[in-house]
Amino acid sequence: MSGFHSPARPAGSSAVVTVAGLRKTYANGLTALHDIELTIRRGEIFALLGPNGAGKTTLINIICGIVTASAGSVLADGHDIVRDYRAARGKIGLVPQELHTDTFESVWSTVSFSRGLFGRAPDPACCERVLRDLSLWDRRDAKIMTLSGGMKRRVLIAKALAHEPTILFLDEPTAGVDVELRRDMWQLVRRLRDSGVTIILTTHYIEEAEEMADRIGVIHKGTLIVVEDKKLLMHKLGKRQLILHLQRPLAELPAGLSGYPLELADGGETLVLTFDAHRGETGVAAFLKRLGELGIDFRDLHSSESSLEDIFVGLVSERA
Amino acid sequence: MNVFAIRAIYRFEMARTFRTLMQSIAAPVLSTALYFVVFGAAIGARMGTVDGVGYGSFIVPGLIMLSILTESVSNASFGIYLPKWSGTIFELLSAPVSYVEVLIGYVGAAATKSVMLGVLILVTARVFVPYGILHPAWMVAFLVLTAVTFSLLGFIIGLWAGSFEQLQVVPLMILTPLTFLGGAFYSISMLPPVWQKITLFNPVVYLISGFRWSFYGKSDVNVVASAAATLCFMALCVAAVAWIFRTGYKLKN
Repeated sequence: MSGFHSPARPAGSSAVVTVAGLRKTYANGLTALHDIELTIRRGEIFALLGPNGAGKTTLINIICGIVTASAGSVLADGHDIVRDYRAARGKIGLVPQELHTDTFESVWSTVSFSRGLFGRAPDPACCERVLRDLSLWDRRDAKIMTLSGGMKRRVLIAKALAHEPTILFLDEPTAGVDVELRRDMWQLVRRLRDSGVTIILTTHYIEEAEEMADRIGVIHKGTLIVVEDKKLLMHKLGKRQLILHLQRPLAELPAGLSGYPLELADGGETLVLTFDAHRGETGVAAFLKRLGELGIDFRDLHSSESSLEDIFVGLVSERA
Repeated sequence: MNVFAIRAIYRFEMARTFRTLMQSIAAPVLSTALYFVVFGAAIGARMGTVDGVGYGSFIVPGLIMLSILTESVSNASFGIYLPKWSGTIFELLSAPVSYVEVLIGYVGAAATKSVMLGVLILVTARVFVPYGILHPAWMVAFLVLTAVTFSLLGFIIGLWAGSFEQLQVVPLMILTPLTFLGGAFYSISMLPPVWQKITLFNPVVYLISGFRWSFYGKSDVNVVASAAATLCFMALCVAAVAWIFRTGYKLKN
């Protein structure tokens, strides 16, 4: 695959999407979003995480013009999405969660249609480049109904890129695709980011966000509970654990270990010590020495670091 | 004005027509030709004249209008309903297009198909019955105006419909009866006086009457009233579409 050819711009701190006081209350009274404040930086990959019904798609749909906000404002590349909707929408590409395609159309005609719909003059060279970048060029004359699910997903991405947007929303881009294709998709997203496109993706696969995102936002019940640099988030909220499999099970934690953040697991056969890996003195050496003094032997030990998934589950369950 | 969007929608819709030529063009031409064979050449030969025009020739404008009304509504309603049904409407809603541009694209394509169909039926009719066109410019004007107006109505039906059944309700249950009772096959002067008055509430009467006048110079209602009624109906449809797009009725949450 060749690279994308948009002018490359480095990721910076300038805002490309600014969401202020955004609220959405549906006619049935359900409030899907509560006063969302969010800034997406130019050139970054921003992952929006949240359980089903958290408001991820509603937020994206408002920014893209599909759903009307009840209150608040959104600027896309400096353009208000309501007052200056033409300029704002021209900057945005959207790949929806569902595989909504024009079944009877060919790949080429549907991509050309999208370019025109977004107000861009026909440019066969551009459409060809997009299709080649997505490995769709050989299937350009194929009817969409004859393509596999993964290919259809690529067609949707091609349609979203046909008008050369600077902001790309990917709503669950790898939902229902196999592991190999998912990894291809991740490479594609990285190449897009490298070409200067700002990527905002929602996903259920925490592994995906951990792998790709520069920053993470967690939305829960319509409220944005965390927006943080991924590394910083994992540093701040991540924990490490030392797991010891004991020679002889313990009925209860010995009084001599009461000062340690310990848990007894697996019916007393495992001791789990949780500690802050970023502190200079973790206390692990002292703990192991203390075990020896108390005559508690272990047959095996290993350590683990909390994943983004652990952090996500922790954040969401705190507010459940 | 996003002319590229208008062009994209128009070409997309026209491509759909040419992909389904049998259904879009051939079938309506064939069914109308059958009317000419049965009512024009066969039964018409045994009937007298209506307003001084042979029966086979008399029904030509009415039958063209019948096809134009039905196909305009069908084309435009299906054109906008299909993306709603398949979910691809998201692209239209997220595109930098105004409702005027969407309307020009979809309604323009639907009206073009109807005009093409009308011309084909007109040519086909010549095979079966003789006719002349007294006011060609007015004939074209009524043809285009009717095609646009009923394509607008079809667009509204397509936006409103929540299922394929609802998509068919208005054309089958309302438009077809109005057209058959609107003077497609007879002059309203042939009706009893009370029914003549009731018939004047049928908007299709004005369309058929005006269109027939452009052929033979004979009409059931004044031609200016026909043109005015058609324009009023078109204005109502435009207002309805504008309201739908402004409020997002059945389109946006």
